[in-house]
Amino acid sequence: MSLAPRHEFGIVRAMWWRDMLRLKKERSRWLGVLLQPLLFWFVIGSGMGGVFQMPGAGGVSYLEFFYPGVLVMVVLFTTIFATISVVEDRQMGFLQAVVVAPGSRASMVLGKIAGVTTLVLIQSVLFLFLAPMAGYSFGAIAWVSLFVVLVLGSVGLTAVGFFMAWTFNSTQGYHAVMSVVLIPLWIVSGAMFPMRSSWLGVVAAINPMSYIVSGIRHALAPAKAAFHGAGMGVSLSALVGFAVVSVALASWAARKGS
Amino acid sequence: MIPCTPVESYDDAPEFLRVEGVRHRFGDREVLRGVNIDVRRGEVFGLLGPNGSGKSTLLAVLAGTLPMQDGKLFLDGRPVKAGDRSLREKIGVVFQSPALDPKLTARQNLQLAGYIQGLSGAVARRRTEKHLELVDLADRADEPVEHFSGGMKRKLDIARAMLHEPELLLLDEPTAGLDEAAFRTTWQRLDAVREGRELTVLLTTHRPDEGERCHRLAVISSGATEVVDTPRALKRRLSGDLVVVTAADREEICRAVRERFSLACTVEDGEVLIECEKGHELVPRLVEAFPAGRLESVALRHPNLADVFFKITGRQLDEENGFAEAAR
Repeated sequence: MSLAPRHEFGIVRAMWWRDMLRLKKERSRWLGVLLQPLLFWFVIGSGMGGVFQMPGAGGVSYLEFFYPGVLVMVVLFTTIFATISVVEDRQMGFLQAVVVAPGSRASMVLGKIAGVTTLVLIQSVLFLFLAPMAGYSFGAIAWVSLFVVLVLGSVGLTAVGFFMAWTFNSTQGYHAVMSVVLIPLWIVSGAMFPMRSSWLGVVAAINPMSYIVSGIRHALAPAKAAFHGAGMGVSLSALVGFAVVSVALASWAARKGS
Repeated sequence: MIPCTPVESYDDAPEFLRVEGVRHRFGDREVLRGVNIDVRRGEVFGLLGPNGSGKSTLLAVLAGTLPMQDGKLFLDGRPVKAGDRSLREKIGVVFQSPALDPKLTARQNLQLAGYIQGLSGAVARRRTEKHLELVDLADRADEPVEHFSGGMKRKLDIARAMLHEPELLLLDEPTAGLDEAAFRTTWQRLDAVREGRELTVLLTTHRPDEGERCHRLAVISSGATEVVDTPRALKRRLSGDLVVVTAADREEICRAVRERFSLACTVEDGEVLIECEKGHELVPRLVEAFPAGRLESVALRHPNLADVFFKITGRQLDEENGFAEAAR
């Protein structure tokens, strides 16, 4: 099917702009999405602080170790909350008008990804204001690398969320997958503890979220290699692959589904 | 309510959309069993049928949200694929539930609709203001849609579907769930957006009063087209008047009417319906024919499209057909 740029751009623009308008209308809701990981970081970080020891990492505190993992949690929660609405929007809401418009379904997916990724960056920036409290100095952070990792991670996770919402076509189904797959994948991503046993290492190697964690660790503290996990090059390559495959999957599902 | 049968005729208008033998199946269930209609340019064409008759499924196929499994479509005489961009560019669709974001304002919803249709920012803004005026919502433009009544949402949704000035407007049960006042307002606004332009409308309905507002109707039952005609011609299929009798022993009354007066008589919705040419002459004869107390009331009315539907299909217009309607 031929593509008309104005139709494709129009859909991307509408999807992105809608998420921005919704953000403005529902600031407290999005603050809530940010608050949960924050509490998680503070409570678990403080509780584990006394017993956490990481061989070879010098004096890395648990709050410091856990902070990149919680940043990934911010990314994950934002993408989940932003894509779960796709289920109802598609059946009896806004997306009905998008699927009968002349533009392609792939543009609808890209527009949603653009909107959610912007939300992720805004949420992440807010959370990053706490970085010095976790022991990360603003001056030492590799900002460009950090934003590249956040964007790639957000693109991949949003596309996965969109794929799930479109495929399962029910909020219950989405919740089930979120609880059974996405949250466990975050736990075994190296976000909460180092993935040092042999079988956990295998899980981490095939888990896309572990590359978001390792990428963020690199970017936040380039000098502290001991707790990075995978190298930056490997992390970025894996995340590019994850984003490409996820976007292709979401576009395919949107094209196939009614 | 006085039915508003359109006075314009589109007998000589060129064919705009032709649907030939469209079939659709959900699993083992055949929801469309070969629908054939031809819609003329500029007319309001209705698909009249009860819930589950397949009419919304046909609209979903035309809009491209369901695949066309069998059949042919022609637009301006040229074959076209269901869901093809050339078709989607020309249509606006109003769904059963509004395709609006309830958290956003009316103005924001229309501007987004403009972007979705590929309009530039300036054109989208200009048309947004124009359509807000047209559907009489300019003074509520900056309120969130979630504060609107059902009728207001429906008007706004029609404006949304019209923003890119489509040639064909598909309306799926445009007044379902609306009260009489909202029904009238919706149609006034629909007439307003049609005014001065050649807009073809294809709608689904199970309301006889809505069917009256169409130039032509296709009677759809169990996924197939039974007949296509104007509302007036369809009503001529019933002879003259309908005498409506309420009574306890309805079946017996009906049998007696058939025997004594040789008239068509049916029991429908708890009432005895008698077709006859001159109803006013039959009423006193009925009262005389049955002893006092057997008839609770006798009334005279003109047949409506629900009566026609029953006559043609043997089914009530408000019954459920049991098909999965538009399982999108």
